[in-house]
Amino acid sequence: MTDHELQLKAVALRRAMLKLIVGAGAGHTGGGLSCMDILNVLYNRVLNVSPQTFTNPTRDRYVQSKGHCVEALYAVLADRGFFPASDLDTVCHYQSHYVGHPTRHIPGIEMNTGALGHGLPICIGMALAAKMDATSGTGVPPVECDNRTESAAQISKSPQAQTGGTRCPTTDAAYRVFTLLGDGELAEGSNWEAGLAAAHYKLDNLFAILDHNTLQITGHTRDVMSNEPLDEKWRAFGWGVKTVNGHDYAALTEALSKPAEPGKPTFIIANTVKGKGVSFMENVAKWHHGVPSEAELKQALAELDAAEKILKTTA
Amino acid sequence: MSAPAPSMFTPAAKAMAEKLGLKMGRANLDEFAATLEELAKANPNIVAVTSDSRGSGKLAPFGKNLPKQIVEVGIAEQNLVGITAGLAACGKKSFGVSPGCFLTARSLEQIKNDVCYSDVPAVLIGISSGTSYGALGTTHHSLHDLAVLRAINNISIIVPADNFETREAIRFAASAKKPVFVRFGKAAMFNLHKPETKFEAGKAITLHGGDDVAFIATGETVVHALLAAGQLAECGLNCRVISMHSIKPLDTEAILKAGSECRAVVTVEEHMVHGGLGEACASVLMQAGVNKPFRIVGIPDEETVPGAQADIFRHYGISMEGLSETALKLLK
Repeated sequence: MTDHELQLKAVALRRAMLKLIVGAGAGHTGGGLSCMDILNVLYNRVLNVSPQTFTNPTRDRYVQSKGHCVEALYAVLADRGFFPASDLDTVCHYQSHYVGHPTRHIPGIEMNTGALGHGLPICIGMALAAKMDATSGTGVPPVECDNRTESAAQISKSPQAQTGGTRCPTTDAAYRVFTLLGDGELAEGSNWEAGLAAAHYKLDNLFAILDHNTLQITGHTRDVMSNEPLDEKWRAFGWGVKTVNGHDYAALTEALSKPAEPGKPTFIIANTVKGKGVSFMENVAKWHHGVPSEAELKQALAELDAAEKILKTTA
Repeated sequence: MSAPAPSMFTPAAKAMAEKLGLKMGRANLDEFAATLEELAKANPNIVAVTSDSRGSGKLAPFGKNLPKQIVEVGIAEQNLVGITAGLAACGKKSFGVSPGCFLTARSLEQIKNDVCYSDVPAVLIGISSGTSYGALGTTHHSLHDLAVLRAINNISIIVPADNFETREAIRFAASAKKPVFVRFGKAAMFNLHKPETKFEAGKAITLHGGDDVAFIATGETVVHALLAAGQLAECGLNCRVISMHSIKPLDTEAILKAGSECRAVVTVEEHMVHGGLGEACASVLMQAGVNKPFRIVGIPDEETVPGAQADIFRHYGISMEGLSETALKLLK
């Protein structure tokens, strides 16, 4: 899938997400919009998962640690065909498994998350399992590495990318493991316990992506509990660190295609805009879990329609 | 020179154990470590996860013999449970091993969400549980673990009484498709069971029949109930002794049978009296309309008395003499 196709898809995903949040009467709108491009790249270009291969033991694992932005994930999984898009009409409804945080009841979701600071430790367990399965001789064989030398642009055009799945650039892991973290979430100490362990075990098949929109429910993270300089901190913990524009498909693809440094876990600081794509939501903390009114939804959809129109004319 | 640890058994209790033909085994902790290593040698998917606890968990030989099947996370219990859950989600039979006091308090949210809610077949082993750490104080006691885990959906809770129950509990946990928690102490235990005894999770084992007083006990208190039954037999009382090794699922049938057939019921646990075995039994009996003289023996809601595990047991009446006295009072 080309960058342009991904950009068009992102508009549709944002539209679907906003509609489902309004239908649910609840949701994390700002963060969902900020991480949508990351999920778009993961599911349409990076992860070797599909509805047909989801039970494959060598599939890449994605755990959404910032589980409150499940609405974005629901939109992406529906688009990838894990379940009918009509299921999204039931989000947060009585007796619907589509609750306000990820659960394994939903096809395509690996772990139940929602309490913050849980995803990274879980992913370490998964990444260790991937290493064990590749080296013990008792588990599944390691995957072929076929894009190690490809550039991001080449990856975008590769047959694997077209079908939604590049392959693992590490040689001693059966699969890769990805997690998405939020800014406010980094105040949870468990992340830093996990930070030590991932580096200790040299988990180069682990990628933690920070949706770095710099806002949390109360306001700016720097005012709530400052955590910068994040790149220096994670580097000091023994991780390879990359900082990218979290809305740039080529940059995200490149960062997610191989470890930032050999033999180290990768921490990707994806600079994003909370509320991305809807002018009146951008960089406004109140949209952390704000639900648009009918009028606001109409305006937001009109903006997305306009963006789509421009994209189509630039094809 | 340090003072010798006080004995868990008075000379009279030791004499009763001898009279009943009980033989001293090893610590359930040792039995656990040996069983896990034996299972892991046969099943390379078994992985032990430790939080600087391979020494206290007696897993040093496991680590030496099966270095690819052990993961050290350092003193980081939240990480321990998250990693154990992640391993289990990816097809490993993971055993997270950590002192019960830390495992079930510091990382309770990870147990609730990563293990139970996510429904992964992880096993959590609470070592040196209850008051095993004795005089180290309340920070190191786990007198809450049964209560908090009973209140969480989707986890089996097993508290073995002796080496046999420990071995069987670990075997059950290794084959379980759902989350399991097993907790035990580190003191040597009398072997309580006959060779032909069968172990089934969720099914209590009756060690001694009788219909005067029913002792429903769990874990390392069971032996004291058995000794008390022996002492009470000398007074002409016929007491039932039930090892309720499974706290969840609970053998409600055995509890109702005991409540219906016996004149009084005494529950015994190395746990606070709130939320543990005793209140679980009370709930079963009361909701079935079975109303018999009833007493919960455990650690009361107070700062636990300082002392060794044996001191604490004796102080709160978890001893042959204490339990006999409780039973006699109930029958008056």
